[in-house]
Amino acid sequence: MGMTIAEKIIAAAAGVEVVKPGDIHTVELDRLMSNDGTTHLTIDMYNKLKNPRIADVNKLVWIVDHNVPCDSVKTAASHKKMRDFAKEHNIQFYEGAGVCHQVMMENHVTSGELIFGADSHTCAYGAVGAFGTGVGCTDYLYAMVTGKSWLLVPETLKFHLTGKLKEGVYARDLILSIIGMIGANGANYMAMEFSGEGLKTLRMSDRICICNLCVEAGAKTALMEVDEIALDYLKEHGREPKHVFQSDADAHFAKVYEIDLATIKPIVAKPHFVDSVVDAKECVGTKIDQAFLGSCNNGRIEDLRVGAKLIQGKKVHPLVRFLVVPASAAVYRQALEEGIIDTFMEAGAIVMNPNCSVCWGSCQGVIGEGEVLVSTGTRNFKGRAGHKDSFVYLASAATVTASAIKGVIATADML
Amino acid sequence: MGLTIIEKIVRNNIGKEVRPGEIVTVNVDRVMIHDIFIPFVASKFEEMGFTKIWDPDKAVLIYDHLVPASQVDDTRHFRIGNEFVEKYDMKNIHRSDGICHQLMTEAGYVKPGNIVFGTDSHTTTYGCVGAFSSGIGYTEMASILGTGTLWIRVPETIKVNITGKLPENVMAKDIILKLIGDLGADGATYKALEFTGDTVENMTVASRMCMSNMAIEAGAKCALFSPDEKTAEYCGITLTEKEQDLVGDADAQYCRVIEYKAEEFVPVMACPSNVDNVKPVTELVGKNIDQVFIGSCTNGRLEDLMAAAEILKGKQVAPFVKLIVTPASRKIYQEATKNGTLAVLAEAGAIITHPSCGLCCGRTGGILTDGETVIATNNRNFLGRMGTSKVNIYLASPKTAAACAIEGKIVAP
Amino acid sequence: MNQFTGKIWILGDDIDTDIIIPTEYLALKTVQDMAPYAFSPLRPELAGQIKEGDIIVAGKNFGCGSSREQAPEIIKALGIQCVIAKSFARIFFRNAINNGLLLIENDQLQDAVKEGEEITVILNKAIEYHENQYPITSLPQNLVDILNAGGLVKAMQKLNSAKDCTI
Repeated sequence: MGMTIAEKIIAAAAGVEVVKPGDIHTVELDRLMSNDGTTHLTIDMYNKLKNPRIADVNKLVWIVDHNVPCDSVKTAASHKKMRDFAKEHNIQFYEGAGVCHQVMMENHVTSGELIFGADSHTCAYGAVGAFGTGVGCTDYLYAMVTGKSWLLVPETLKFHLTGKLKEGVYARDLILSIIGMIGANGANYMAMEFSGEGLKTLRMSDRICICNLCVEAGAKTALMEVDEIALDYLKEHGREPKHVFQSDADAHFAKVYEIDLATIKPIVAKPHFVDSVVDAKECVGTKIDQAFLGSCNNGRIEDLRVGAKLIQGKKVHPLVRFLVVPASAAVYRQALEEGIIDTFMEAGAIVMNPNCSVCWGSCQGVIGEGEVLVSTGTRNFKGRAGHKDSFVYLASAATVTASAIKGVIATADML
Repeated sequence: MGLTIIEKIVRNNIGKEVRPGEIVTVNVDRVMIHDIFIPFVASKFEEMGFTKIWDPDKAVLIYDHLVPASQVDDTRHFRIGNEFVEKYDMKNIHRSDGICHQLMTEAGYVKPGNIVFGTDSHTTTYGCVGAFSSGIGYTEMASILGTGTLWIRVPETIKVNITGKLPENVMAKDIILKLIGDLGADGATYKALEFTGDTVENMTVASRMCMSNMAIEAGAKCALFSPDEKTAEYCGITLTEKEQDLVGDADAQYCRVIEYKAEEFVPVMACPSNVDNVKPVTELVGKNIDQVFIGSCTNGRLEDLMAAAEILKGKQVAPFVKLIVTPASRKIYQEATKNGTLAVLAEAGAIITHPSCGLCCGRTGGILTDGETVIATNNRNFLGRMGTSKVNIYLASPKTAAACAIEGKIVAP
Repeated sequence: MNQFTGKIWILGDDIDTDIIIPTEYLALKTVQDMAPYAFSPLRPELAGQIKEGDIIVAGKNFGCGSSREQAPEIIKALGIQCVIAKSFARIFFRNAINNGLLLIENDQLQDAVKEGEEITVILNKAIEYHENQYPITSLPQNLVDILNAGGLVKAMQKLNSAKDCTI
């Protein structure tokens, strides 16, 4: 019987011919990403090991992105620990270069790789056909020391895309709609695979956005069929694919969904669950205190362009704090060059340095008691963006920008 | 007998001549309140029994210390501020446009000869355009909002006369640090500083701002520059006769006169943990650093960013060293975008934040920990100001700071 | 009260407002919430040790730095009766008077006393320590008026009630 993309990557990493869902294999990892959310804990555990060692330092990438610039003495101490360790062991280290997943996509990830990231949204790497999955720091440490880990082969859900998104509808609307459809645990332990003619209509930024959010349906990883668009992206960034896998015609899928992109509408995920998805129109008029355009999910240049086009010549509502946070330093520089940063500044937005910002909710734009945020971030869990009694609505860059202008949740066609 | 600038400003304000030591009540031309203290000003104002602001157009509210909010209760300050503005019919509010002291002159709230008070010690900044401005607490601010007046003791004046041409690598920051080092942290307490001489006449208003801003670090009540053509252009006005007369008279009485030759200045740093602990950079060369901060109401202006960019152009910030750049205002940020300065800084690896107080007020923007060293262009290096009490803060000019960022250690620009 | 006695805590020169209360804690809701962090960069344990009625004896330029009025308010909230220093920074001085915190300038006492000992302050006259007297000066009348009213808020309340709450 044939294999899915996820199964093929695991088989290659385990050095076996065939794997099937439910098998547990020991796999060789290609890359290990960790950020300032948890690396200090990994280091603490590492230092307690009897024979501490790093299997292959070239596989490690450490990125300070959650609290940049540093916002408390506690964080400063964890950052220093991470920086000192990276310096001592010669680990590839980024600080202030952007949100980890975007930095990884720009600089490291390639097709067919198996990557552990100490962050749940590591599944983003599926956009170029890499098996990325989030792990805790114990798993991370084991992989760092041995270069290997064990992996349960997941079942695969297939999303066969057809058609094309309508104008004013974005990849973010698509993936939130999918999560709404299958539920927040609809893909638990599974891989979500995307293919079909519809995929060809989606740019890399769209694909990263879609894969990134699959963990919100519980997915272990997300994978897209590698095509010319993905290969061009790798080439542009100076990388060669490791493997280019397609699912076999007779591969087994737990379920196959047919999705016509033309049926997707602008949507909003209401507090406090990512799968509380409704037609954006249903939320129109909800008063907001803050809007956020950014994150590893929706802070790329394409997303900023959407916002900038809408806000050009207009002003942010005086009572709204509109945070615009490019996903990486490269995105920031590109946006500077294109005049996008100036457009947002002219409109009265708060343009921050690339970081996780309010999506992570511990610094840089947290919201207070009873406040409402409309966000392009990854999550709307209770308390995620600041005060435990606050409210987060997830929406597309267009809806977020329109809302920032109007002071209430609004869709772009209302401007 | 002649008068100093401060004596003239107070005379013009109350309509009679005054002498140092006299306690007088002045009519306030403008007040500035920032986000940290607005909840306190609002509650004191109402506790005092006031029901309206004496002249709402003369009050300016600026959010800068807490932008963007870094703790969950921070936005409470915005809510209270917004309610206060609405209730008392204030129109002058800036919610994310930059640091209060930059905005007060940049947005045209302060003119030569004005008397201005703000709930922040660096309110002395507006002396750069010849205004008497000083920091007060929130209780006094509440009483000014109600009455439009405040009692002051007319200060004695220390005159600082600087002549000649500054060396290439020396900035206004080096001058003011040197002066604070010479005067001591309390050397000008209760007194006014008055800057004269062709060196300051040739300075931009931005450079004068850097100096008046830091005068408080020698304890000064205010720091004044005579308004001139540059001031007029900066403020977008033509100077009136009264404004042109805001110069210290030849026979004015100064409690002290300090003379400097511009050629003798060298790049300096204020070493931990006092602003008056000033040493030439050459004595500090070689010390490893962890972070560089270019920004604040002292040194976050366009000329500061451009000076840093000139040094950083085509170079990279040293590995494991962070360079954090925080422009002082939205306008400066946009100007630096348009003239390519931000692109140069970003290319060199700088972390460019939204205009705000940032690291200078120690709530976010690059907090450090035990044993770390930061070179910063702001105004204070007090113990614990930017993190733990074991952080070493060296204050320097933007040029010096930029040079250090490239090398990862202290070097002269 | 014309005189009072208290235990002393000794602090050095240039005790700045960031030492008295770091900016990190300024957005806490009340002065009582902030008080435990007083002097934390310099002596983290001090706020917990100070008792009602104690006196601070410091060097020159006490209260230099920012305009944060929480500085004198917190010192008062800790129960400190008065601060005796060689000199005070001006904004701090105004803020203290406006909040009814007594400040006394004296530049000899600091070198004589030891922490933990007691001194007696006789208002407008002198400080007594081990039989020695250190003379002190009195404040200008306008400040005495504010202190007598119980601080600037009370002084303004008086003004407003006299004018039937309008200005």
